[in-house]
Amino acid sequence: MEAALRAAAGTMSDDKISQAEKDEAAYFAERAKAAAARAAEASAVTGTPPTLFDVQEMELNFGPQHPSTHGVLRIVLKVDGEKILEAKPDVGYLHRGTEKLFETETYPMGVPHTDRMDYVAAATNNHAYCLTIEKLLAVEVPRRAQLIRVILDELQRLSSHLVWLGTSGIDLGAVTPFWYAFREREQILDFFEEYCGARLTLNCMRIGGLPFDLTPGWTERVAEFVDDLPARIDEYEQLLTDNRIWKKRTVGIGVISGEECIEWGLTGPVIRASGVEWDLRRAQPYECYEELDFVVPTRQNGDTYDRYIVRVQEMRQSVRIVRQCLERLEPGEIRGKVPRVIKPVAEEVYASVESPKGELGFYCVSNGSNKPYRMHVRPPSFINLQALPRLAKGHLVSDLVALIGTIDIVLGEVDR
Amino acid sequence: MEKSPAEEKKARPEATDASGHPWVESLRAALPDTVVSAKSFAGQITVVVQKDSIARVARHLKDAEDFRYCVDVTAVDWKTRVPRFDVVYHFYSFSKNARIRVKCAAADGEEVPSIASVFLAANWCERETWDMFGISFSGHPDLRRILTWEGFKGHPLRKDFPLEGIDTGAAIYPEEWPEGGGPSGKDPNRKVVS
Repeated sequence: MEAALRAAAGTMSDDKISQAEKDEAAYFAERAKAAAARAAEASAVTGTPPTLFDVQEMELNFGPQHPSTHGVLRIVLKVDGEKILEAKPDVGYLHRGTEKLFETETYPMGVPHTDRMDYVAAATNNHAYCLTIEKLLAVEVPRRAQLIRVILDELQRLSSHLVWLGTSGIDLGAVTPFWYAFREREQILDFFEEYCGARLTLNCMRIGGLPFDLTPGWTERVAEFVDDLPARIDEYEQLLTDNRIWKKRTVGIGVISGEECIEWGLTGPVIRASGVEWDLRRAQPYECYEELDFVVPTRQNGDTYDRYIVRVQEMRQSVRIVRQCLERLEPGEIRGKVPRVIKPVAEEVYASVESPKGELGFYCVSNGSNKPYRMHVRPPSFINLQALPRLAKGHLVSDLVALIGTIDIVLGEVDR
Repeated sequence: MEKSPAEEKKARPEATDASGHPWVESLRAALPDTVVSAKSFAGQITVVVQKDSIARVARHLKDAEDFRYCVDVTAVDWKTRVPRFDVVYHFYSFSKNARIRVKCAAADGEEVPSIASVFLAANWCERETWDMFGISFSGHPDLRRILTWEGFKGHPLRKDFPLEGIDTGAAIYPEEWPEGGGPSGKDPNRKVVS
């Protein structure tokens, strides 16, 4: 080794070292050269000077049993020191064949399966599924049901963003927001429990409408809650928005432009943080979103910090939407005219909703029987996760944790 | 008022021919002999094209018609039909605020040109389609299984794949599942753990 180093430095004449040592020297010289090249490449990406840690490349398995992967996600990393040269997500640990299950059960029986995909936002999953079948049947949902659906959707968006806020804060060492966020989420789950009996796997929508009407006093309690919420959101922002550590960990991390977002198929808060004002609730309104007054929050930088800001602003908009819907609620039907046995025409439709994570779509092919011939899910988490290698390249391993948090994946939906 | 069954049947939505639609016309003009048929159902345009030209169709839709966002790629197994599969693509245009569905038919074992070089988003979707249906995409940069594991036999979303699963040869819990037995529910050697 010593001989090799001296040979590499050129201080020992060739005839004094044996052939084996020569080979060793060549090997180390080659490695040093490659490491220098890699260090230069990595520092070109990050814009920081190469350091001592740049010289050794190794493979690192991040997950599947890692607390900050939010489930069972494995990422095979190629790191050079602390810098990520390559990240390859490996998914499928939670694959349960939901799409196959849809094919074996009748249309109404498919709703509970959708709960198990994005299990922190079951209502929007139910909604997307029902919307698809309603489109296929050309059924109209009564106004009261539409309003209640939107209320449930937005409460679900709030609870999903609260989970995101708490957990991604914890990932970056900010433990306090977690307790506040989960306190409010608990209240939302109580509302769901009161409405449909379940807290997570809601099964709260039916094809053509809703399973139940609201319980007495529910609207008042929700109104009280959403009136309180903006002040609570201010509390979270006090903890994070101007927090120096939070900004250090998020500003400039995982920058992606709007053009690239479109190219990668990214949707939801991720694309909106990159300056593309695109929200399905506004672009292709479903239910009664058309008449509601809300803003689609956007930011320009497309980094982790901006995605945080966009989600927090979305929570404020959700509060506005819930308030407006509660004002408009009037007694009425909650179920549309749906035949007892659902046998749609042999056709195909695609319908999608703006789930908290992005565009959640269902593609349904019917063959005229009472079961879907093929039901495909377009999961936002799966497509968004695809861009992780692009976002992570050149950053540090600890930033990868921030990036997994910022694209807000749920592995139940990624793997289905 | 109650509707008679005949009236009810009439009220059901129907697909209409959409071969005169501007996007279809534009495809026809740019790539002759690629469009097989076009229909419209529930306001959604479906264009069936020749399998070999799918990458060119995607490129044309992206560049000329501004469908820049590839929403989804998937497939449908028609089991007895020849050719057996439909590969289904969904594209979205931000400027038009509209979607288009493009389909092409592929026989079992046939290769479909990959559109991963046109849309980066199609990469994982095509991997999933390969994994679930066994439809191979030529020119794909990294066509590996994605939801199941490398070495898995069969493609789960094919109609002839049994719902209860197959023997994958993986002895994950040998004390509960004897070697060669999978969690199929039919295994006579299965020990019930209470």
